[in-house]
Amino acid sequence: MFDDFFIRALVAGIGIALVTGPLGCFVVWRRLSYFGDTLAHSALLGVTMAYSFDLNIALSVFLISSVIALILIQLQKKTNLPGDALLGLLAHSSLAVGLVVIGFLTFIRFDIMGLLFGDILAVNTNDILTIWSGGAIILIVLKLIWKPLFASTVNYELAEAEGLNPDRAKAIFTILMAAVIAISIKMVGLLLITGMLIIPAAMARNISDSPHKMVLFSVIGGLLSVILGLFSSLEFNTSSGPSIIVAALILFILSLLNIKQSIKLKN
Amino acid sequence: MNSQNILVKLNNAGFRQNGKWLVEGVSLNVEKGKIVTLIGPNGSGKSTTAKIALGIYKNIEGSVEKYTNKVGYVPQKISIDWTLPLRVNDFMVLTENIKDDDINDALSLTGVMHLKNKNLGNLSGGEFQRVLLARAISKKPELLVLDEPVQGVDYAGEIALYELIKKISDTLNCGILLISHDLHTVMTATDHVVCLNGHVCCSGSPIDVAKNNEYKTLFGEQASQILSVYEHKHDHEHSHEGEIKKN
Repeated sequence: MFDDFFIRALVAGIGIALVTGPLGCFVVWRRLSYFGDTLAHSALLGVTMAYSFDLNIALSVFLISSVIALILIQLQKKTNLPGDALLGLLAHSSLAVGLVVIGFLTFIRFDIMGLLFGDILAVNTNDILTIWSGGAIILIVLKLIWKPLFASTVNYELAEAEGLNPDRAKAIFTILMAAVIAISIKMVGLLLITGMLIIPAAMARNISDSPHKMVLFSVIGGLLSVILGLFSSLEFNTSSGPSIIVAALILFILSLLNIKQSIKLKN
Repeated sequence: MNSQNILVKLNNAGFRQNGKWLVEGVSLNVEKGKIVTLIGPNGSGKSTTAKIALGIYKNIEGSVEKYTNKVGYVPQKISIDWTLPLRVNDFMVLTENIKDDDINDALSLTGVMHLKNKNLGNLSGGEFQRVLLARAISKKPELLVLDEPVQGVDYAGEIALYELIKKISDTLNCGILLISHDLHTVMTATDHVVCLNGHVCCSGSPIDVAKNNEYKTLFGEQASQILSVYEHKHDHEHSHEGEIKKN
């Protein structure tokens, strides 16, 4: 049962869950789930760029997602369109452009399903290295900007008035979002990354009364989802990304049904 | 005026939003140990002036010079998103890590120590206001900006909190920029009053402002009467000490 590829997937998945847990809390708190979706969709374009120019996939996805985030900020400033319309515009057009570019790259065989939903078999040692080193950097940076980011999430003007520079924290957080998508796209797939960010955090919200507890439960929930999801994907021969998300969903439902029970489950 | 004591200085400052002036031409200083109060009708630019002083608004006319970074702010409106699980205790350390003893002291001073582990969303308006004030003072700031800090607080609490604010200004020697609708408080606890109505319509000591005709037009005869009562009390402070001390 414990094949090499499975151990690799497990190590990679655990690395991702450790990062998406805390980041996901901010996605829920700051109502950024659709923003995460948009960045994830643009990741397809990043992947095709990586193949076209022979770049590292994570690096290419990170660059494209950051560019999309910057374009979004500019469009918000320069147009009168509401934020969700702009997000939809960018999400679907970058996904479409990505797919069109794939059509031109006839010399490469793409595993589109793997890109969309993640591929357990695709995870190699290099990916694990990317996930863990990238993840460590993301967590360190998040720790550094925690105070201003959290304070401005609660109330922007308080943070600004008391000298915390919330705008800088927000910009850095946007880059962290692009980074977490970049490191986890191979594992979870671009359609499901946002699920990994949101569902464990949403589950944690149901059973937490303080921000730190929510982060802790979100990480624990993410870890459990990865472990349960990967084992069941092996057992039932289902794809890894969706299995992880389904496991996260089950944990979320448990947190709704019986709060005490789901805390026990986690301990 | 000793310039070393100045914490924040507005020079002919104004702010325009969507082509409309919210406030313009405001000049004022907040100094250590002094309370400056902004009064004026609704929409006269009081909160805007406070936000200019705090540096929340960036593209302002004129200039603002801030000489301290230790700032405590009680905003007039605060909307907290309940997607966040947040207890009073978490809220107290929002912008700065504060020792637990200092948190307890501040919460006790504003009378909400018993709420320390309560969820912020379950507090009443008045309780939340007391927590906001406690958070601002627990930082031991050099500059306190209080935008209607006692709104929604019961009458007895209101008086106690204003006494507390006055005491804080003395003990911490911090400068306070206060926005208040309560003219009684303004006239008794304030060193300097700025009366706003889109611009500074008059400013000076409480009594000076009370005598000002523009002030009378803005607030009506009733307000002038309140003030003349105070003026009277001040005149007779020595002979009726007990009664006046209550203020």
